Amino acid sequence: MVQYCSASLDSSFAALSDATRRGVIEQLGRSDASITALADKFHMTLTGMKKHVSVLERAGLVTTEKVGRVRTCRLGQGGLEAEAEWIEAHRKLFEARFEALDALINEMKQEEGDGPASK
Amino acid sequence: MDQQVSNQGAEPNRTAVERKSDKELVVTRTFDAPPHLVFRAWSEPELFRRWWMPKSVTGVSILSCEMDVRTGGKYRLEFGSPGGSMAFYGKYLDVVPDERIVWTNDEDEEGAVTTVTFADQGGKTLLTFHELYPSAEALEEALQGSAAGLPEQLDQLDQLLAGVGA
Repeated sequence: MVQYCSASLDSSFAALSDATRRGVIEQLGRSDASITALADKFHMTLTGMKKHVSVLERAGLVTTEKVGRVRTCRLGQGGLEAEAEWIEAHRKLFEARFEALDALINEMKQEEGDGPASK
Repeated sequence: MDQQVSNQGAEPNRTAVERKSDKELVVTRTFDAPPHLVFRAWSEPELFRRWWMPKSVTGVSILSCEMDVRTGGKYRLEFGSPGGSMAFYGKYLDVVPDERIVWTNDEDEEGAVTTVTFADQGGKTLLTFHELYPSAEALEEALQGSAAGLPEQLDQLDQLLAGVGA
């Protein structure tokens, strides 16, 4: 089996294993937000939210930028795309299987004479 | 999730994949046939081998397929590709005819436990394919396998299906 570099996916899965962090990602999908705003939104201390954001940042899921006294968070580019691509590839494999299964099942229906009553 | 049952077939049956947690992956799909037919297609080796690895898509052919689908039974699948052959095997932890099949994937130390359920929805079947991996890393590796092995062929399939117009 071929080995792939998986460190970044490791960290994005780990980052997304937490409900608050998934919520933050969802929130940032709608609009950028400051850490203060995120802490408010999720009823959390500033320190707590900073920790979550830094986990997301290390995973490449979020980037932050400090302007003056405000640190703004936005979605990062890397991690989620790779994960989404993998999920999509997995879906396509099953889609292909199930297309073939549909064809087989249609055959079986005819053989069994067991189609729905409507036909 | 798409669980609607449409009689007129305006919507094609959609295959949905969801990562339920960092260790769980769930695939759902509705089939236009009652559960006992879908169950047969999953539990009889001569039927199962006809669809599990569509060769035109995966470039892999099934060399052998042995399945003893009952609780405590075993299975062994061998695939061949230009790159060589590989075997998948494990045992059935729980089998309820027309309802549920649960099996292990023992070829990999970090293999998932897979549960397939067949739910009757007015003569159709809502199929749920649930994989529980022992770790987040194992799930990730399995996803990588899908991504690494398939894209090219699947693009071809996409084009083919687009041409057919579903």
